[in-house]
Amino acid sequence: MMTNASRAVLVIEDDSEIRAVLRAGLELEGYRVIEAGTGARGLTELQSHRPDLAIVDLGLPDCDGIEVIRKARGWTRIPVIVLSARTQEQQIVAALEAGADDYVTKPFGMRELVARVRVALRHGVRTPDGNSARLRLGRWLVDLEKREITGAGNERLHLTPIEFRILEVLGSHAGMVVTHRQLLSQAWGPGSVEQTHYLRGYMKQLRGKLEEDPSRPRHLLTETGVGYRLVLDE
Amino acid sequence: MNGSRPDPDELLAQVQAQEVRSHRGKLKIFFGASAGVGKTFSMLEDAQRRKATGVDVVVGYVEPHGRVETERLLMGLEHLPLLVDVAGASGRSEFNLDAALARKPQLLLVDELAHTNLAGVTPEPRHEKRWQDIEEVLEAGIDVYTTVNVQHLESLSDVVARITGAPQRETVPDHVFEAADEVELIDLPPDDLLQRLKGGKIYVPDQAQRALESFFRKGNLIALRELALRKTADRVDQAMRDYRKQEAVQQPWRTRERLLVCVGPDEQAAIMVRAGKRMADALDAEWLVVYVETPALLQLKDAERNRRIDLMRLAESLGAEAITLGGSSAVDEILEYARTRNVTRILVGKPNRRYRLGFLAGRASTTTRLIEQAADFDVVVVGGEVRDPPSAAITSRIDAADHGAGSDKQRWPHFAKAVGATLIATAICWLMEPTFESPNLVMVYLLAAAVVAVRYGRYPAIVTSVLNVLAFDIVFVPPRLSFAVSDAQYLLTFVIMLVVALIISNLAASVRLQAKVAGHRERRTALLYAMSRKLAAARDRKAMEHAAISHVSEVFDCTTALLLPNGAGRVGPSREKHSRDVLTTVDPGAAQWSFDHGRPAGLGTDTLAGTDVVYLPLVGAKAPQGVLAVKPRNRRRILLPEQFRLLETFAAQIAMALERADLADQAHAAELRAETEVVRNSLLASLSHDLRTPLSAVVAGAATLAERMEDMSPDERRSLATTVRRSAMSVSDHVTSVLDLVRLESGSIRLRLDWYEIDDIAATVLHRLRDRLGTRHVVMDIPATLPALHVDGKLIEQLLENLLDNAIKYTPPESEIRLSAVVRGNQIEVAVADNGPGFESVDPEALFRKFERGTKEGTVGGIGLGLAICRAIVELHGGQIHAEERAPHGALIRVRLPLPAQPPAGLRDDD
Repeated sequence: MMTNASRAVLVIEDDSEIRAVLRAGLELEGYRVIEAGTGARGLTELQSHRPDLAIVDLGLPDCDGIEVIRKARGWTRIPVIVLSARTQEQQIVAALEAGADDYVTKPFGMRELVARVRVALRHGVRTPDGNSARLRLGRWLVDLEKREITGAGNERLHLTPIEFRILEVLGSHAGMVVTHRQLLSQAWGPGSVEQTHYLRGYMKQLRGKLEEDPSRPRHLLTETGVGYRLVLDE
Repeated sequence: MNGSRPDPDELLAQVQAQEVRSHRGKLKIFFGASAGVGKTFSMLEDAQRRKATGVDVVVGYVEPHGRVETERLLMGLEHLPLLVDVAGASGRSEFNLDAALARKPQLLLVDELAHTNLAGVTPEPRHEKRWQDIEEVLEAGIDVYTTVNVQHLESLSDVVARITGAPQRETVPDHVFEAADEVELIDLPPDDLLQRLKGGKIYVPDQAQRALESFFRKGNLIALRELALRKTADRVDQAMRDYRKQEAVQQPWRTRERLLVCVGPDEQAAIMVRAGKRMADALDAEWLVVYVETPALLQLKDAERNRRIDLMRLAESLGAEAITLGGSSAVDEILEYARTRNVTRILVGKPNRRYRLGFLAGRASTTTRLIEQAADFDVVVVGGEVRDPPSAAITSRIDAADHGAGSDKQRWPHFAKAVGATLIATAICWLMEPTFESPNLVMVYLLAAAVVAVRYGRYPAIVTSVLNVLAFDIVFVPPRLSFAVSDAQYLLTFVIMLVVALIISNLAASVRLQAKVAGHRERRTALLYAMSRKLAAARDRKAMEHAAISHVSEVFDCTTALLLPNGAGRVGPSREKHSRDVLTTVDPGAAQWSFDHGRPAGLGTDTLAGTDVVYLPLVGAKAPQGVLAVKPRNRRRILLPEQFRLLETFAAQIAMALERADLADQAHAAELRAETEVVRNSLLASLSHDLRTPLSAVVAGAATLAERMEDMSPDERRSLATTVRRSAMSVSDHVTSVLDLVRLESGSIRLRLDWYEIDDIAATVLHRLRDRLGTRHVVMDIPATLPALHVDGKLIEQLLENLLDNAIKYTPPESEIRLSAVVRGNQIEVAVADNGPGFESVDPEALFRKFERGTKEGTVGGIGLGLAICRAIVELHGGQIHAEERAPHGALIRVRLPLPAQPPAGLRDDD
């Protein structure tokens, strides 16, 4: 496991108590923490400190967190994790579509947040070198480049092209949430982004093929009202 | 026994009367035998004396008649502005009631109580009569001085008319005079009066000069003076009696006299009513005026029937209870009624000549028969001035009689059938003749006449009777085929045939009419019940108003409007949609007056009568509810006293219904308030328990960690920190629940509907709850073919989470939790069942109320909002949720959600 010492996390959050808790939790994990109490301050810190990841609270005093993400996405690709209240799934979707990579709802456990941070940072690192082209899902190993899925007993699993494309999109964001819209536009093309019920049908098929117990999925998870998340075995 | 004790009802009446009187102004009447005795003068003298003692005296209306003495006495008194004839032609003016009410002096002077208010002045006087104005002034607590001549008393007006030969048109109801607090008799001997007349001291308008000359004859004046003195003496006598009653000068309790006056449609009736009033006064008795509407009377012309309206109104204005009875025999009805009302005396008119013609039908006059049959009553026959009824009345009676068998349209076929009946009878007789004697043939003819009478009424029957006689004569009486009669015996046969046929036809016609009358009354009663039922069944005010309007309109053949008060106590028309039953032209002023005073106004009343709409206040037991405005298409349907009373009964029913609705509304509001109160209390209780307890744990635990960290082992620290986190999470959950419920119940939530599969949502929930489930075993029973739901996924997720969480909370580890879904009809039923202890005799439905929970206070956390939130979510989706006990033990919660039309099939896979 690589060391986190070099990793800087920018926390844009107006509540100083939560900032303190986040700092404590993240520093324990070896991250360097930069704090910002407002959106404007956050954007400045983002430019001057060049952190590796940003945690953005959606309810900021000076501007909307979504706005901060949109502006940041103008010039940086670093992973962004959003903090939101549970009843704000619409804003979560908006934030994700504005460029955030994942979200955590308040009240959150530190373990959950740290896990998300870790996945997001890993994603940011791995994508360039292509290591993520192989996904392990239970007994199945998915090779995205060869478009092959092989089981523990070397048996092959056949997926339809669309099923495979969905798996591909989810796999490229492994561990992170993908909104319905993102999934639809990347699997079918930009014309089908409202047809979320089609997506559910394919997810069902995929679970039937890939999950051990399709009624209790462990890899292809639904984030109700938001999208899907592919969870890989560590 | 208790004979010497005053009647409690009477004591109550006295107390009430005194109570009313203490708020009311006092009325003093200066009473005289005729004009010119000095009533106005005495009144002004008295007023000046009162003013000298500091009383606030204002002149409302005094006609000085250009006399110097009077004008001098008027000086120094404040005068109210008068209502003036704008046209100006007559220069007439009127007492200004509103000015008086606005000025509100202590004592108001208004001359001539009997005066009839003039139409044509502006604004239009509110009441027809000045005494009504005065009533309102008195009610406002203002004392009044006024003047009255004896000839103006209603009960004496006919006597006076007989003395002077001039009819009186301006009259004051006796009750006004009797209710006066003080009556001062202004007496002047006739000789002095004549002296004053000669001296020009009595005002006489030129045009009335001659009439007045005949009026001011000494004989007249003596008679009038006697009347005035007697009336005053009666009053004094009455006062004495009242005093004795009041001071419990105890006299044995005696049966009250009750007098019943029988009246008919003739002109004698008004005399009868006045005679009844005088007798009732003399006896200190209650009295009733009864009119019996017999089938025969139903046939009277409208004009005659309308006269009955006036008659009954006169009776009521004189203080009688006016009643109309229906029945075939006036005598039977009167006696029956008299017995039920404990009448002691019956007053009847002298037999009318008209009735003496009734011998043909074997009828004695009503009076004669009444005297014969009324063994248990004193019958008093009032005689005197019974004139012949005008011949027009007789003609109209005969005309009306023609209508007995129905309208012209129906009649000709009836007559044809009458002829047919004779022909058939003749044919039968022709066949019978060889074997039967001729008297039996007569029977056949009689039968034919009887049948025709019953089927087609009186006149066809008469035709048949006559034709029968002719046919019998021509066909069967020798010499045959001729009118000639050889045997004189047959003449008797003819006469008897004819008479019997006539009697039968008369009886039959009566029966028909009576059935009609009875049917009519029955229908009215039925309609009243129908309306009561409708009103009782009406679920909201709108339905109630509609029921009221449509029923009243139907029963009284009128258009109707309900005027209901707004918050400021102003009545206005309800928003009943327009239909032929709804009255749209309503005078808001009249309606408001009726509402404010709780008295009827408009047509047929004494107030604002210049309209064709009747305004009846809807007086509830507690508060006035509104006004019923009724515009009759046929005035008689409303103005007859018993019809008016029926209308009042309807109004009372409506008022009761409205009041009931009001009370129901109030009760509902109170219930809501109470419920809110209960919820708030349990919320507070829950918050204080479910938030404070974990918060104390958080605070204490965190403090210990902060202060005593060094003294603790790592395990102790971890354990304490875990406790802090668990407690904090529980606080967080509670707060979230409360916020969720508030959000769900605020109605502001907008469902974000999309297509979801229940197993997908369930999987997500189970994934999230996997830690809390522990060793509990979840069985999913959701068929793969189950249709998708069109719901707000996040809310359904929360629903399932709450249901499963609930099952986890109330079951021990190792329990089985079963989640199933199935299509039932047009719904999808989702059920969460467990095999835990169940609801343990708590009413399952109560669980859905806020802040309830299965076990009271204690081990299991949670404010008990979980299921309330579930219900809110399910109801937002148009579904139902129920909880039930599972056998042998366990809880089962069923959620039913509507099954939507299914979405289009998925996109085709390009495989």
